[in-house]
Amino acid sequence: MKNPYIPYEVKILEARYETPGDRCIKTFKVTFADEKVWDTWSHLPGQCAMVGIPGVGESMFCISSSPTEKGYLRFSIMKMGKNTTALHELEAGDSFYVRGPLGNNFPLEEWKGKNVITIGGGIGQAPLRPVIQWIRDNRDDYGELTVIYGARTSADHCFKDEFEELNSCGDACCHLAIDVEEEGWPHFVGFVPQLLMEVSPSPENAIAVTCGPPIMIKFVLQNLEKLGFTPDQVYTTLENRMKCGIGKCGRCNVGHLYVCKDGPVFSYAQIKDIPEAFA
Amino acid sequence: MAVKKLNKDKEKEALQELTKFRLIAPAKSDEVVIFKQITDPGEAFLEYGNSTVPPKKVVFPQTETLFRFQRGNPELREKNVEEEGTTVIFGLRPCDARAMSIVDRLFSWDYEDPYYLKRRELTTLVGLACVEPPSINCFCTSLGGSPFGTEGLDMLLADMGDHYLVRALTEKGEKLQETLSAHLEDAPAEEEKKAEEMAARAEGKIARSINTEGIPEKLPTLWEHELWKKVSAACLGCGICTYLCPTCHCFDIQDEVEEMGEGRRARMWDSCMFSEYTLHASGHNPRPTRRERTRNRISHKYSYYPKRFEVIACVGCGRCINLCPVNIDILEILEQVVDAS
Repeated sequence: MKNPYIPYEVKILEARYETPGDRCIKTFKVTFADEKVWDTWSHLPGQCAMVGIPGVGESMFCISSSPTEKGYLRFSIMKMGKNTTALHELEAGDSFYVRGPLGNNFPLEEWKGKNVITIGGGIGQAPLRPVIQWIRDNRDDYGELTVIYGARTSADHCFKDEFEELNSCGDACCHLAIDVEEEGWPHFVGFVPQLLMEVSPSPENAIAVTCGPPIMIKFVLQNLEKLGFTPDQVYTTLENRMKCGIGKCGRCNVGHLYVCKDGPVFSYAQIKDIPEAFA
Repeated sequence: MAVKKLNKDKEKEALQELTKFRLIAPAKSDEVVIFKQITDPGEAFLEYGNSTVPPKKVVFPQTETLFRFQRGNPELREKNVEEEGTTVIFGLRPCDARAMSIVDRLFSWDYEDPYYLKRRELTTLVGLACVEPPSINCFCTSLGGSPFGTEGLDMLLADMGDHYLVRALTEKGEKLQETLSAHLEDAPAEEEKKAEEMAARAEGKIARSINTEGIPEKLPTLWEHELWKKVSAACLGCGICTYLCPTCHCFDIQDEVEEMGEGRRARMWDSCMFSEYTLHASGHNPRPTRRERTRNRISHKYSYYPKRFEVIACVGCGRCINLCPVNIDILEILEQVVDAS
């Protein structure tokens, strides 16, 4: 068996900024330096990988591409600490290291035939992107796809061009929001939980998935309950500081659950009674 | 395999025989006893209570290399644990061996940890039964252990005065017994009965205890209970309770760059009692104070671990009580958990 602590080298095919500012987000499209790794690699939407540079460190990120997108992986990374700052210095042609896939995935098999509503905020759209892409690439297996997404300003929206394309092709119904008024913004102004109430999706035969800042998640969960969604119809991802990613090093637990192994994907039913999940 | 005896006048010879392996034994270091590699049998100190640092460090070193790298060279050179060679830990206490068998569950769960498991495979554990409880804070019998306990051990020695009674417990232990055969004699038939009586006497001398029944299920219900603030109020956050705990296994991973871009990725013991342990890059910390960290330490050992691995991650060695600089006592905490409503 492969040593789970040894990462694979990946080559950057494309690197581009999603958002500006101090905490800018950069998306890397990468492939394995050793093409043979693709023969053994398989991931599903929601799964993560440890991403880093030897000599700097590694941190856990969701894989923001769907396995239906062949020949590359995507990571969308916010500049935050030492490792992400070093990663942001890299450009196409450079390499970094990836260890994974780690963690569980969204149960997309179980969701077949259902309407899916994704509710994202800021960088929280990164784990939702593979869900959307997966449904688009298996369009007949799923019902309606509703995408609700907000960020502080229009410039802070990730994957901007993809939403436009998604709306125009008819695969999904997109609802976008920014926190405060901007000239020329044609969509909703306000917070994501408010937009959710505005869109008011039906809970019937539906699954809601939400990822974003904790404060947004808190109110989205409350509003989903108001709309009639039961805890087992609602999914989210948790994050915590991680080192090993394989359930050994200890730190990422919320109650008895390891976010790295038992998560990052949890149904609200699984975690609603674990207070530490929302700490 | 028959029970043997090792006369004390042959003890040094036997240890000499074992130096052909990497021999780890209790030895004096300044004021304390620690486990260390010995090449001279005279260094072994078997008349000890228990070591300050548990022998877990032999199979789970305080710092160990995972792989080495050279900037500009994509090849990562994995640490080969096999190079450390066959190891014998001689004279460890039954609680510390039992701790290893508890931690084995974590390191072999789901993803196998190659470094830890390879070391375990290469290591033979020779226990030394506790004829007297090593400390006033021993409570192994509350957790399913005992002064003459064999769980996790390959061989058990019991000090009978002028000799040790030697019992091989596993295949590894039998192999070791063969290695030592020139120094061993057959034990008289009545010896085993005598050892049983000694074991019962030692058990009777254990002064402290806790009834653990119901604690794993109760702990999550006390999440917001005021007891956590009380029991953590004196805590300095020094982490000694976790560093010196034979079942604590949490670690950090850090990269170290040495000269000319040559470096290593290493893992090292970490402690849930440190604030940096759970600190996010964003500055958010889900366990911001010692209240949350103490709650996690106790809950991990007595609730989360048994929920997943069906065993409490504590062996009752008493080190965290004996060595806490502000006298925090895990048994007092557990008593408050039991009494809480």
